[in-house]
Amino acid sequence: MKEGFRQSMAWLHTWSGLVVGWILFAVFVTGTLSYFRPEISQWMRPELRDVKADANAAEHAIATLQERAPSSPRWFISLPEAREPVVRVTYRDPNGGEGRRGFKSVLLDPATGKEVTARETRGGDFFYRFHFELSMKPLWGRWIVGFCAMFMFVAIISGVITHKKIFKDFFTFRPKKGQRSWLDAHNAVGVLALPYHVMITYTGLVTLMFMYMPWGVQANYGDNREAFFDEALGVPAEVKPANQPGTLTNIKPLIEQAREHWDGANVAFITVNNPSDANSRIMIRRDNEHRLSTSNQSAEFAGTTGELLSLAGEPPPASQTRAVMFGLHMATFSSITLRWLFALSGLGGILMVASGLVLWSVKRAPERVKLGYTPFGHRLVEVLNIGVISGLPIAIAAFFYANRLLPVELAGRADWEVRTFFAAWLLSFVIPLIRPARADWTTQFVAGAALFAALPALNAATTQTHLGVTLAHGNWVYAGFDLTMLGIAALLALTAWYASRTPTSRKPAKRQAVEVSGLPAEAERA
Amino acid sequence: MASLTASYRLAVASRALAAILGGYALTALAITALAIFLPMSRAEASLTATLLSFLIYTCVVIWVFATRSATRAWLGIIAPMVVLGALVWLQRLAS
Repeated sequence: MKEGFRQSMAWLHTWSGLVVGWILFAVFVTGTLSYFRPEISQWMRPELRDVKADANAAEHAIATLQERAPSSPRWFISLPEAREPVVRVTYRDPNGGEGRRGFKSVLLDPATGKEVTARETRGGDFFYRFHFELSMKPLWGRWIVGFCAMFMFVAIISGVITHKKIFKDFFTFRPKKGQRSWLDAHNAVGVLALPYHVMITYTGLVTLMFMYMPWGVQANYGDNREAFFDEALGVPAEVKPANQPGTLTNIKPLIEQAREHWDGANVAFITVNNPSDANSRIMIRRDNEHRLSTSNQSAEFAGTTGELLSLAGEPPPASQTRAVMFGLHMATFSSITLRWLFALSGLGGILMVASGLVLWSVKRAPERVKLGYTPFGHRLVEVLNIGVISGLPIAIAAFFYANRLLPVELAGRADWEVRTFFAAWLLSFVIPLIRPARADWTTQFVAGAALFAALPALNAATTQTHLGVTLAHGNWVYAGFDLTMLGIAALLALTAWYASRTPTSRKPAKRQAVEVSGLPAEAERA
Repeated sequence: MASLTASYRLAVASRALAAILGGYALTALAITALAIFLPMSRAEASLTATLLSFLIYTCVVIWVFATRSATRAWLGIIAPMVVLGALVWLQRLAS
């Protein structure tokens, strides 16, 4: 750090990257999975196989809600979409619900409005929440992920500064050369998806920026944050009930009217305020498909008369910038092809973080040779590397296994799926503690590959949504999931094969040590 | 790796502290000033300032580790904080 600018940046890149690398790896993996949140949720509820979107879904949902929860102060209706064709309604349960403030969520069949019964599972939502909360208390998890994301951004920028020859580096790959190969691989995956990494890290911070950096709002609004959200993001103020009964008008013409304003775009979400009151409000929200911005495009109607009260248009520049950044991060706008490109870039990020972590260990191999033993710090990094990088795939597979194998009627079933996930992950840390490192990389990648490879078979044995059925019926949500699992298995198998033949980082070959010491310029760059 | 002296470790710890905590404090003050002084509606000014915050933070962190000494790093954090703090304070007095 005492040397020039580039050396100090190399130092900063190494250490800021190492400190948060393990959490970033998990954040990258679960974030990439979250691109497919609806598909994962769908696969984890095989009972919903034959549920289909329906043009009258909103009407049916409202009829059901009128019967079940007329006194709820608010109804939330999430309409079916191609990727998860089921209706989700949330209302305050008169008998007391388990959710926040007595609210309860139920899945409905779009065609009938009847509740569908599916196994209790968190589905893709588990990965989505883990991505920014790490299954911790929301406040803790979000701050830790934000802290790591900030480090990541610093690591990316200092990484770019470190590379004078960034373009040339990208086209440089010297395989089978130990440390140099790791460095080249780290550079290649890092630079290949660099615009994506910069974008996804910054926009990720932006999604929670009012929590991380409340000072800009504080400066102009003090503690009156509601006023800010109202003014800046168009979150409408609540409407007081008239305390006189009222009947809701038919929703269908309102939806048609709203869609006309949006050039025929679909409706994603409906909120009904004071549904059984004379002063009811129906808020219809546009979906964000084919739309980069996630700004709130909604139409508000008087509930009893169906009169259009307000129509949220395009927001001012800063607000729109935030909404576009949000949209870029969530990738809800994208077609399936583009979403896969995002996922591949996410995979690039996963590989970048993983190779960076391994590189730290590999680079210090000569030091271990010189010392004649493995210092505690090195061993710690090694065990954490193995547990996190090769263990997380095992934990994810275990989560899917639990979904298929746990009895459907088990109480607290969704929680047991999550417990299985963490139990499997914990095991992947314990095993490398008691065994030599090289064997462990290979064993755990092989285990991960085997688990993913067998998942479609398990699916076939336990459900009617297996490849034999889904491929024949062109049901691509289920079929795509199974095929992707096979793809992940192949990827892990390839990694296992590679790990089994790479010289271990613990006992480096002499040749490698010589090579490293002969390349001071290379070494300092990492 | 050269042997790490105690003073080197102390300097690194000092810089890390300057970057993480000092950087956050400076960023917080900078976006407060931006939110107040940007010539836009107050909602847009608050949003613009907040959107820029992570960029400002990153630049501060990089500078802290790039500058010659830990002492300079701290000075570079504190001096602009004093200026920004004075500006914000004067504006509060005036309004």
